[in-house]
Amino acid sequence: MITRDKTESIVEFILDYAKGKAQGAEVTISASDIATSRFANNGMTQNQAPDHVLVSVRLLKNGRQARLSSDKLTIDSLRQLVDDALTACKFLEKDEGLQALPAPPSKPYQKLKHYDAATAQLGPDERSKAIKKIVKIAEAHGLSAAGVISTGSTVLTLANSKGLLATHKESTAECSITMYKDASTGWAKADFVRFDQLDFEALAKRAASKAAANVNPVEISPGRYQVILEPSAVLDLVGFLSYDFTATSHLDQLSCFQDQMGQKVLGDNISIWDDVADEQQAGTPFDGEGIPRQSIQLVENGVIKNWVCGRRSARKMELKPTGHGLSEPCAEGEFPQNLVFAGGSTSLDEMISQTDRAVLLTRVWYIREIEPKGKIVTGMTRDGTFLVEGGRIVSAVKNLRFNQSIVDLLNNVVKMGPSVRTAGEEALPAVVPPMVVNNFNFASTTTF
Amino acid sequence: MRELAEHALEVARKLGAQYADLRIIQQEVEEIATKNETVARLNKSSSEGIGIRVLVKGGWGFASTQELRKAGVEKAAKKAIEVAKASASCLPQPVKLAPEPAYRCTWVSPHLLDPFTVSIEDKLAILLECSRIVRSVKGTTLATGSMNFIKERKLFMSSEGSEIEQFFIRSSCGIEAYASKGDDRQRRSYPQSAGGQNELAGWELIQCMDLPGNAGRIAEEVVALLSAEECPEGTADLILGSSQLALQIHESMGHPSELDRALKQEINFAGASFLTPDLLNTLQYGSPIVNLVADATRPGALGSFGFDDEGVQAQRVNLVKDGMFCGYLSSRDTASLIGLPRSGGMMRAESWNRAPIIRMTNISLVPGDAGSLEDIIADTEDGIYMETNRSWSIDQLRYNFQFSTEIGYQIKNGKRAKLLKNCSYGGITPRFWNSCDAVGGVADYVDWGVPNCGKGQPMQTMWTGHGASPSRFRNVDIGMAHRA
Repeated sequence: MITRDKTESIVEFILDYAKGKAQGAEVTISASDIATSRFANNGMTQNQAPDHVLVSVRLLKNGRQARLSSDKLTIDSLRQLVDDALTACKFLEKDEGLQALPAPPSKPYQKLKHYDAATAQLGPDERSKAIKKIVKIAEAHGLSAAGVISTGSTVLTLANSKGLLATHKESTAECSITMYKDASTGWAKADFVRFDQLDFEALAKRAASKAAANVNPVEISPGRYQVILEPSAVLDLVGFLSYDFTATSHLDQLSCFQDQMGQKVLGDNISIWDDVADEQQAGTPFDGEGIPRQSIQLVENGVIKNWVCGRRSARKMELKPTGHGLSEPCAEGEFPQNLVFAGGSTSLDEMISQTDRAVLLTRVWYIREIEPKGKIVTGMTRDGTFLVEGGRIVSAVKNLRFNQSIVDLLNNVVKMGPSVRTAGEEALPAVVPPMVVNNFNFASTTTF
Repeated sequence: MRELAEHALEVARKLGAQYADLRIIQQEVEEIATKNETVARLNKSSSEGIGIRVLVKGGWGFASTQELRKAGVEKAAKKAIEVAKASASCLPQPVKLAPEPAYRCTWVSPHLLDPFTVSIEDKLAILLECSRIVRSVKGTTLATGSMNFIKERKLFMSSEGSEIEQFFIRSSCGIEAYASKGDDRQRRSYPQSAGGQNELAGWELIQCMDLPGNAGRIAEEVVALLSAEECPEGTADLILGSSQLALQIHESMGHPSELDRALKQEINFAGASFLTPDLLNTLQYGSPIVNLVADATRPGALGSFGFDDEGVQAQRVNLVKDGMFCGYLSSRDTASLIGLPRSGGMMRAESWNRAPIIRMTNISLVPGDAGSLEDIIADTEDGIYMETNRSWSIDQLRYNFQFSTEIGYQIKNGKRAKLLKNCSYGGITPRFWNSCDAVGGVADYVDWGVPNCGKGQPMQTMWTGHGASPSRFRNVDIGMAHRA
C-alpha cells in the first residue's frame, strides 16, 4: 500500500505544478490492496493479491473543467496529467453550473473507526485456513462449498488548491459461501471492517443448513404471496431506491419520488437515513469534492424528507450540499452510499412461527429496473426459497421470478426485525431489517 | 519491457513456479459524456502495470504491480508464489493445463483512424449537436450521449516460451432521448442501449454510426411512445431485432456455455449453468436452424483478439450446431478437467491487476435463410416485433429469462400495424430457442458489442460481442413485466 509520505508528495507536487496554470486544482489518490481467495468444489480455484494506486486530477480553468487519471506515478507522468487537463480545458465549452472548488470545512471530518491494521495486512495463509474450516463443515454435511474471502484495505486522499485535505483509510473483510449438492444450494454472506468479526463457522453452518433444507422443491403457482425477506433479500430490493433519493434524479425527472417531497408515499413504519457514522456502516466521511458527509433522514414514517445533494444539484435546487456528491464532472450527481433502515422487534424465527402461509426468501438475484416511476423491478429468488405454513418451513420451493414495485413493497411491510449490517450482491452494504411483506408479486417459475 | 518480463518469469521459476505467465499492459482511456447541452463527463486516464500468474504444486497464485522496475516485479512475483503456495494447501486435486503451443508474434486489431488523434472538441461537437436535435423535439425531457475510446498494448509472456504482443483500439458511441408525461417515462437509444455500439475499431465507427442523423428519429419515437398502446399480455409470435437478440444470446447462450460455470466454479456469485457436461452432444438446445458459435477471429467485433490472456490462439468454436449443444467456452485448466484436447481460448482479464477468467468472445447466431427484418415481418401474419433492450434478467442456471425492450410494433398481415410501449417477453431458454422458426440472413446481420459483461469476484467487466440477424420465435409469453 502506498505510504502517507508518498501520497503527500504526489499531492504537493501536483498542486504546486498546477499553481498559476489553472483557477483550481483537485487531486484524488485512491489506493487499494484487497486480496481475494476464491474456492469451489471444496478447493481453491483462484487466489489473487492485486495492488493499485490511481491518481486523478481535476483542473478548473475559465469556467471549464477536465479530469484526468493515471496509475503512472513518476514525476513526468504527474506533470503530463496536469498538462493534458489544461489542454482538454481549451476544447471544452463553458460549464455554466461549474463552481469554484470548496474551501476546507470549518470543522474536522468525522473520525470513523473503519480501519483495522491486522485485517489490512492479513496474508493468504489466513484466508486458506478459513477456507479449510468452511470445507470441513461442507464435507461433514455431505456438501460441496464455493465462495470467496476478501481482505485488505483502501486509502482515499482528496486535496485541492483551496487547502482542503481529506484522507480516509478503511479495511475490509468479506466472506460469502454457497454450499451445494446436485440442485440444492444454500448461501450466506457477511462483510465487516475487521477480519475477526467474520464468524466463518457460523456462516458455513448457515449456508449448509439452507442447502440441506433446499431439497425436493415444490412448484407453486405465480401470483401474490406474503413473503418473509431475510436481510440480504431486503437489501438487494430496497437498494434499488438509492438513486431516487438524489436531487439530480429529481432534476432530470428520473426519480420515482418526483414532486413528492414532503408527501407520504411509503408505509408508516418506513424510516430511512443515509448515515456513514452509523456504528454498523462503513465508508468515507466526505464526498467526491471533500464536502463532509452528513447524516440525513430520507424518509420519516413514510414521508419523503430530503434529497441528498452534491454542490451542483444543491445550487440548482437552492439547497445545502449534504456531502453525497460524486467526483465532478458526473452526470449522476450524487448517491447515498450508507443506507440505514429503522427496524422492528420481530426476529426471523418469530416471523416464521407467527405466519400462516408465506414464502421465505434467502437471496434475490439479477434484479433490474423495468419501470422507473412505479419502481417496478424484476429478479429471481435463489439459494434457499421455502414455503412457510402453520408457523414452520414445510418445504423448499422452486425458484420464482418477481415483478415487484419497490414503492408498493414498502407500503406493504407488516413486520420487521432488528436492522443489521447486511451484504448483498446488487446494492452497497446497508443496515436493513428482515421484513414480512404482503402482496409480493411472483410472475413466473423456473425449473429448479 | 521484455527484459523486465523475462526477469519476472525467472524470479517465479527460481521460487518454485511449475508454470508462470504475465501480462504487461499499457492502456489509455478517453470517456466523454454529455447531458443536454453540457459536458457531463470528460475523463482521460492511463494505466500501466504487470500481472503475474504462477502455478505452484498445482495451486494458482496471482499478484500485480504498477511499479515497472526490477524491484517491483520481483516483489509481485514473490507475492504470487506466496499466494500460490497458500492455494496449494487447499486443493482436492492439482491444476493441470491443456497443452498449447508457444507463440512468438504480434497482432494488431483492425482500425482505420486512431480516435486519440481526433480532438475532444470534434467529439463533443457531435454529441452536443445530437442533444440540440433531441431537445428541439417537443416533449423530450432529457438528452444524453457518450463516446469511449480505449487503446491498449499488451505483452504476454510465459514460462513455456510464448511472447505475444497485441495492440487493440476499441471505440463506442451512443445517444439517448428521454420523455416523461405523468407516471409514464420512456427512453429511446441509438444504435442500442447501454452506451450504444462498441467495436474493435477506430474513429471510423463514429463516422459510420451517424449519431446526428438518427437523433431526430429517436426523439420523435420517444415522444410517440408516451401515447402508444401498452404491449398486450399473453402469447405471441415474436420477432426480435438484432440488438435485442444479441443480449438474448449473451444471457441464454453465452453465460451458460462458460465451462467454469458448468463446473460450478462460479456458483457463489455469477451462478452455475444448466448446460452440464453430461448434456454435451445430447441436448437439443434449439431448433435445427439455430447455430451458435464463439468466434474470437471475427474482424472488428468487440470480443475478438489474436490470443487470449493465457496465450491461447483465437478460435472459432461451435457451441450449438443444427440446434444441438456441442461446445463450451473454456480455459486451459477447465479444458483439462473435462478431457478436451485444447482450450477454446476464452481466458481474459479486465486489466493487468486482475487474474483472467473464462469470458465470452463473440457469441453469435449464424445467419439463416429468412432474409431481412422486413422479409420476416412480411412473413408474419400476427405477431410483435421488439427492439432495443430496456431491462434484462435471468436465473442463475440460465433457464428463466425476462427481457423488456424500448420499443415494439404489433405486426398484422405482414405489416407494422401499431406502435407499442412497455414491451416485454420471457421464457425458459431451451424451449425458447426450440421455438425459433426464422433466422435472418446477412442483410441485417450486425456484430453488436456488449462491453459491460460482469463476472467474477471481484467483479470484472469484459468486452464481448454478439453477431445476430433479426429472428422469429413462435408462441412466446409477452407483456408480463409491467403488470406488477
